Amino acid sequence: MAKELLKGNHAFAEAAIRAGVEAFYGYPITPSTEFLEYMARRLPSLGRAFVQAESEVAAINMVYGAACTGKRVMTASSSPGISLMMEGISYIAGTEVPAVVVNVMRGGPGLGNIAPSQGDYYQMIKGGGHGDYFPIVLAPASVQEAVDYIGLAFDLADKYRAIVHVIVDGNMGQMMEPAELPPMREISETAPDWAVRGAKGREPNILTSIYIDPVDEEVTNLRLLKRWKEIEKNEVIYKEYELDDAEILVIGFGTSGRVASSAVREARENGIKAGLLRPITLAPFPTQRLLELTDQVKRILVVEMNSGMMLDDVMKIVKGKVPVEFYGRMGGVTPLPDEVFDEIRRVSQNTGPGAEDPRDEWIPRLEKIIAGDK
Amino acid sequence: MEETSIIISGFGGQGTLFAGQVLAYASMDNGLEVTWIPSYGPEMRGGTAHCTVIVSAEPIGSPLVRRPDVVVALNLPSVDKYEPLIKAGGVMVANSTLVNREITREGINSLLIPANTIAEELGMVRLSNMIMMGAMLALKPILPLEAVKKALGEHIPERHKKTLPLNYEAMDRGYQFAVDHQ
Repeated sequence: MAKELLKGNHAFAEAAIRAGVEAFYGYPITPSTEFLEYMARRLPSLGRAFVQAESEVAAINMVYGAACTGKRVMTASSSPGISLMMEGISYIAGTEVPAVVVNVMRGGPGLGNIAPSQGDYYQMIKGGGHGDYFPIVLAPASVQEAVDYIGLAFDLADKYRAIVHVIVDGNMGQMMEPAELPPMREISETAPDWAVRGAKGREPNILTSIYIDPVDEEVTNLRLLKRWKEIEKNEVIYKEYELDDAEILVIGFGTSGRVASSAVREARENGIKAGLLRPITLAPFPTQRLLELTDQVKRILVVEMNSGMMLDDVMKIVKGKVPVEFYGRMGGVTPLPDEVFDEIRRVSQNTGPGAEDPRDEWIPRLEKIIAGDK
Repeated sequence: MEETSIIISGFGGQGTLFAGQVLAYASMDNGLEVTWIPSYGPEMRGGTAHCTVIVSAEPIGSPLVRRPDVVVALNLPSVDKYEPLIKAGGVMVANSTLVNREITREGINSLLIPANTIAEELGMVRLSNMIMMGAMLALKPILPLEAVKKALGEHIPERHKKTLPLNYEAMDRGYQFAVDHQ
């Protein structure tokens, strides 16, 4: 199929439709609203379900109910809306039914603003809802990647009966890029054996997230953990750029990873041996690859649009073997390639031991940049 | 081609976002990589609206830049904001009908064009974006004028199709003005 120039939110929605989503439940919020609008136009004409719920809380519980039928279902929202959904997300995880949630992240905390951010890293990667569960989190960095990985998100959700979060930011929701959409997939008519679609002629299935006896809950927690270990083993995805002989390793995801790729290119043009690791699965994290790179590179620079959240995961893996530095913009500010290039150059000249918390060295640098920007 | 970044900026309602989309469609149709990203703040009609278009033969990293190669400024606030930011050797095309000052930045190729006045001569003030686009393409031939016209013809919303000949004429007038005044 030929490439089309597609707006991020529209492309993500169409990709979900082609992956066989049969029901969408949501509530509008900038910068993800076009996702819902697109679903409102497309799904009814395909004989599939679209509901604009009365709130995000209602929407996620509709997703929960529909997911119990074994059909492909999803929602999309932006940061504050996702916060409202967290209770339902935990119930979905506890009931072990598959669902895909797209978060087009914006500045926060609180009402924040509608500008692009990666400030929901902890919330999305570390669970967000209550209880012991492990969401799979995909972080594409272009419209094409998002189209590709939204299809995968549904496959993974089905395979592991798990929540799959696809996290992008306002930049990606709003931007247009050429992308090739996949062909429309056939919708499977057979129900998974756990699904509840009527029990005529067989024993009823029971789907629940309540286990009154703590031992039963513990058995469930253990099942989820063992399933997560399988996911960690099988489903890690990442992209690399210029890493073969790299001495400076830059790590970024989504938009910040993409901005960092421009900065790495400029660094190479200036003779600096920089390379980029861009995780696509933030959970499971590409731990093994990072460990290998830790033996190769002299220094690591983590770039994010938050206060250093993935940074903590990187530090945990690197364990002080090489100095780790940090550059982040927060609150809805997208770092620009020249800022990241300046950071790569600075890091390449720094032979110091590196701070115990790289944020301590970053804060005064950021304060200067903010003072210069205003 | 070298990666080229273009910012098209003006008041909401002047068609800056659409002009950028036309350029993006034309780039894609001509086998180039392209990104188009709008400003999407909580603005309303009369507020500022701009988009960044990046065109390249290679895959594009950041969809945003601090220092653009080309700026198409449809109003004074856009000139004030971007004049100091354009890359050395870059291009600025500004709408002199709404920009009552000279462009003083040295080391860039700049052009003032009375886009609203020309648009009114053509009978439709909303054509100013395509006049500016034509002028920009004369100064920075990212793509041939004909390629951009073709993209406009294919992507103009159905309800505006009847204005297509006028839009083509607007691009030609802008292009010609730039050629005559360089």
